[in-house]
Amino acid sequence: MELVAGVGAAAERSVAYVGDLSVLFARSLRVLFASPLKRRRSFERTIHQAMMTGAGAVPIVSLIIFFVGVIIALQGAYQLQRLGAIGLVASLVSISITRELAPLVTAIVVIGRSGSAFAAEIATMRVTEELDALSTMALDPVAFLVLPKFLAMAAMMPCLVMWADLMGVAGGCAFGITSGSFTLGSYWIATRDALVLRDVTTGLIKSLVFGLIITAVGCQEGFATGAGAEEVGRSTTSAVVKSILLVILVDLMFTILFYVTRGVS
Amino acid sequence: MAAPASDGPAIVVEDLRVKYGEREVLHGLTFEVRRGQTTVVIGGSGSGKSTLLRTLVGLERPASGHVRINGVDIAAASAREMDTIRKRIGLAFQGGALIGSMTVHENIALPLLEHTALDPMTIDVMVRIKLEQVGLSGFEAYKPAQLSGGMKKRAAFARAIAMDPDILFFDEPSAGLDPITAAGIDELILNLKKAYTMSMVVVTHELASAFLIADRIIVVDRGEIVAMGPAEEVRNSQHPRVRQFLDRTADDTQDDDIDHLRMFTDGIR
Repeated sequence: MELVAGVGAAAERSVAYVGDLSVLFARSLRVLFASPLKRRRSFERTIHQAMMTGAGAVPIVSLIIFFVGVIIALQGAYQLQRLGAIGLVASLVSISITRELAPLVTAIVVIGRSGSAFAAEIATMRVTEELDALSTMALDPVAFLVLPKFLAMAAMMPCLVMWADLMGVAGGCAFGITSGSFTLGSYWIATRDALVLRDVTTGLIKSLVFGLIITAVGCQEGFATGAGAEEVGRSTTSAVVKSILLVILVDLMFTILFYVTRGVS
Repeated sequence: MAAPASDGPAIVVEDLRVKYGEREVLHGLTFEVRRGQTTVVIGGSGSGKSTLLRTLVGLERPASGHVRINGVDIAAASAREMDTIRKRIGLAFQGGALIGSMTVHENIALPLLEHTALDPMTIDVMVRIKLEQVGLSGFEAYKPAQLSGGMKKRAAFARAIAMDPDILFFDEPSAGLDPITAAGIDELILNLKKAYTMSMVVVTHELASAFLIADRIIVVDRGEIVAMGPAEEVRNSQHPRVRQFLDRTADDTQDDDIDHLRMFTDGIR
């Protein structure tokens, strides 16, 4: 009985948490559409955030996803060459990168770089009374801190993933050429033949949702922090753990959805 | 800038009670802050004076009672009305609470940029004037982390007066400062008092500075007002807790031996 009650309570907390995230998102949307006067400075803050979360992540995302591309090619070649189908490596790499690995790996890098930073920034501002100071100046912390982060993430995650798609395929290509199975031209043609537009768009749609989740969780954890330096650390950890879990869960749901609807488009 | 919203008292507090969870911190406070005067709230650590300040500026919600600022009850005010009130008040936080990612200039310009339609050059001039008034000219480009404790407080004053508020609140303006810097802060408050016709509410436990800057003093102890009136009157008060505070004598905690023993044995059979 206790177990059932425990599971019930945990489920209730989870639903309440997702509710909190939705409220934060809805409040940001309301600020976006309700106060047009302040859009210009929101835009400036968004650009600043986009530079940090998006442009700043390009080198590390490139490096990691390039290696992931090489790894997938190596693992794939190991299996495929036994079937004499090493020519399918390009197809395997391009599809797994664009549909799954580029959005997921990018999301995890962005969680580590930006999700944690959002939580730490807002939690520190809570501890140093900066959030209270904003309130007493009649400045809404959501408009000031959260909205620019949502906008920056919504713009930058798909861009990062498009770039990651390219770099992942480049990783596969690097293996293809060094292994002697492909030339640059033949790898390009094999990739082009393997991919359909839907592979890329599903990845980009997922990445947009991941970006919103990472922002919501990071900010929510920051606002929910307690008093003291230790709490800032706890909020940051919690933001990273919860973001990864939610991103994987949503990824699973999307993948099921895309699988079920695969014949439609 | 604008004329006061009304001619009545700047702040009226009636039977104010504030709770943290189940624990009541303020037990029915009633007082008013007169327009154009400096009211100093003094009290020991844990007396509830900081909670009182947070409630006056709307950061804590009263459990019951009324707080009227310029005639508007902040417990019943909508978010929009609250924003209107907050644009007419300034609060200088104890630790400054300057936005860490912005320079001193950007911090002080922030309320002006967000709430007025002034052009950037006018705002720039206004920021320099405010910084000059608090003695921080030349520190525009510094980040808060590069400032000393006293300078942070001065920058926080400049931000609090940026919008030329009707009511200015100070939270522990001289706490954590050496005597010379603290004296400088007191002098600055006196100068601001001369330069503006603001009502000021200062929360502090520094007696010397309280009597120096106050028109009226409110002594808060354990969530209740134990003395209130003009500075001289409070200085001569014969209330035992006020005398204890003014004479700096420690609490006589063991006034009842049986009670004291009961504290350790309570709940044990």
